Amino acid sequence: MTNALTVERAPTATAAPGAAARRGRRTGRPPWEEPPTPVGQAAKGLTLAGMLAVILVPLWIIVVTSLSSPGAVNRAGGLVIWPDGLTFEAYREMLGDSTVRTALLVSLGITLIGTAVSMAVSVLCAYGLSRPRSLGHRFILVLLIITMFVNGGLIPTFLVVTGLGGYDQWWALVLPGAVSVFNILVLRSFYSSTSADLIDAARMDGAGDWRTLWSVVLPTSRAVTAVIALFYAVGYWNSFFNVMLYMPTDSPKWPLQYVLYIYVNRGNGMPGSVNAGFGSTHAQTAPLSLQMAVVVLTLVPLLVVYPFVQKHFRTGVLTGAIKG
Amino acid sequence: MSTTHPSTGRPSRLSWLVRLRRDRSLLLMAVPAVVLLVVFNYVPLFGLLTAFQDYDPLVGVWHSDWAGLEQFRQLLGDPLFWESTVNTLYLSFVQLVLFFPIPVALALLLNSVLSQRLRNFIQSVVYLPHFFSWVLAITVFQQMLGGAGVLNQFLRTHDIGAWDIMTNPHTFALLVTSQAIWKEAGWSIIVFLAALAAINTDLYEAAAADGAGRWRRLWHITLPGLRGVIVLMLVLRLGNALSVGFEQFLVQRDAVGHDAADVLDTFSFYYGIATGNYSYGAAAGLFKSIISLLLIWGANKLAHAFGEDGLYRR
Repeated sequence: MTNALTVERAPTATAAPGAAARRGRRTGRPPWEEPPTPVGQAAKGLTLAGMLAVILVPLWIIVVTSLSSPGAVNRAGGLVIWPDGLTFEAYREMLGDSTVRTALLVSLGITLIGTAVSMAVSVLCAYGLSRPRSLGHRFILVLLIITMFVNGGLIPTFLVVTGLGGYDQWWALVLPGAVSVFNILVLRSFYSSTSADLIDAARMDGAGDWRTLWSVVLPTSRAVTAVIALFYAVGYWNSFFNVMLYMPTDSPKWPLQYVLYIYVNRGNGMPGSVNAGFGSTHAQTAPLSLQMAVVVLTLVPLLVVYPFVQKHFRTGVLTGAIKG
Repeated sequence: MSTTHPSTGRPSRLSWLVRLRRDRSLLLMAVPAVVLLVVFNYVPLFGLLTAFQDYDPLVGVWHSDWAGLEQFRQLLGDPLFWESTVNTLYLSFVQLVLFFPIPVALALLLNSVLSQRLRNFIQSVVYLPHFFSWVLAITVFQQMLGGAGVLNQFLRTHDIGAWDIMTNPHTFALLVTSQAIWKEAGWSIIVFLAALAAINTDLYEAAAADGAGRWRRLWHITLPGLRGVIVLMLVLRLGNALSVGFEQFLVQRDAVGHDAADVLDTFSFYYGIATGNYSYGAAAGLFKSIISLLLIWGANKLAHAFGEDGLYRR
């Protein structure tokens, strides 16, 4: 995947003082640059505004519709663009629906447990492979990287997971994809470069590997830890196909994405809300505001976490030449 | 003492037993990840044997009958397989032409925004859809462009007639490409922004002093500065020409029909797992993997021919 990643490095005690200043805010136009033409300026502004609008306007419409009453939806003839009397009715109804409630818990559970497992495994492995000249680290690294290019593919993996008894089991949604070699490589490149001096200092003071990792490496690499945790968490939160593969269709283990797919994307009726339909042609479908509330529900956790992690994406230093 | 230290710069001449004792906790740390990768990545490689069998789930890989290349022979004579291949290559081509230049252009545009605050804001907005699931992204498209979506709402109230983009197989390639652009183009600029930030600003200053205008600076400084990254991304894109996405097609297949929406990524699922014909699906998967490896290798050779590093050096 074209997933080359940029993460701002956490400041360490050894960072050169000039580095931050060089990367610092640009406050104005450099003296040698000619002032922009009005036409160019306008074209630029319009393109950027269009770019933002394409992403923000649909989200706005979905949120407003989810907050609208059936009457407002009727008056608008579908999705509501301008708020027309806001109500939390759809959310109350949604959270009263046991399918959605269970799915929310399932999604949160898979995401929290999965991210914890993935982070523990990845951080340990990345640190374990990051010390130069340690025994066997090159061999293990090659073993890891090969999996980025060669894999059994869908069916052999499916046969292994089901062969291990993974059908209809929670672990089938977590363990097969728990390790991302790409993420391990990103973490490793941080551990082997950024904190090298600190690690050496800690070792000189008599700290063992576990202690060094816990009290020196992790505290100095919070930014990359946060970014990688977000990557894993988003992966688990968004997982959808593995549910289709490993869970029976009547399973109570539906995560939220699957509910979104069934009730909104395919427009199947939501249990418990069939009679609340607003239009004659959509008698079987849930009311639009309720559908949009489900969409918003799948977005909320991301929107809560994103601002805290997003600031670390800023183009600081390109993390190694990790490609693949 | 410090000679046994793993981080000192001295070459280690210790026997491997001593090194094992010294590095045992480091090795222990790598064990969980290695175990998971062996179980879920290396063991399935043996499962590829099913491609040469007539796999029977009741007796497993060890006792299934061998079929030689029979599955591959069938595959090459299967019109559905060729349909998926053609769809995949066509979609890859459309994405290469329409998607690929956009992140480069957006990165240049964003780089010219002077206000750091505005830049940060734009970046955080355009990165966001990358973190949406495909189900969510397609739901958003459905609500905007679908039969009951905002666009058709507008068309209907103004008596222009309906235009259902979401179910039209003829424009499906454009639809999936615009979905991919909406979801991923913003995130893709990150690597170009980093390359732009790495260009030495003294070059611009010197060029400006020599009378080079903004377009000549773009042509002679900026684009050469981006060349390495552009070639790398191109190599990755070409190497992945047979992978156009999975869930995106899975979710939309019913709406546009399999003629338009079947791609190689989903072939194994529909004609392998869903039908219980595991060997056939595994053969299709293996076929795709082998061609993909060849493509990566070839694209890399191409990059080297242009004097760039590509995916790996040498």
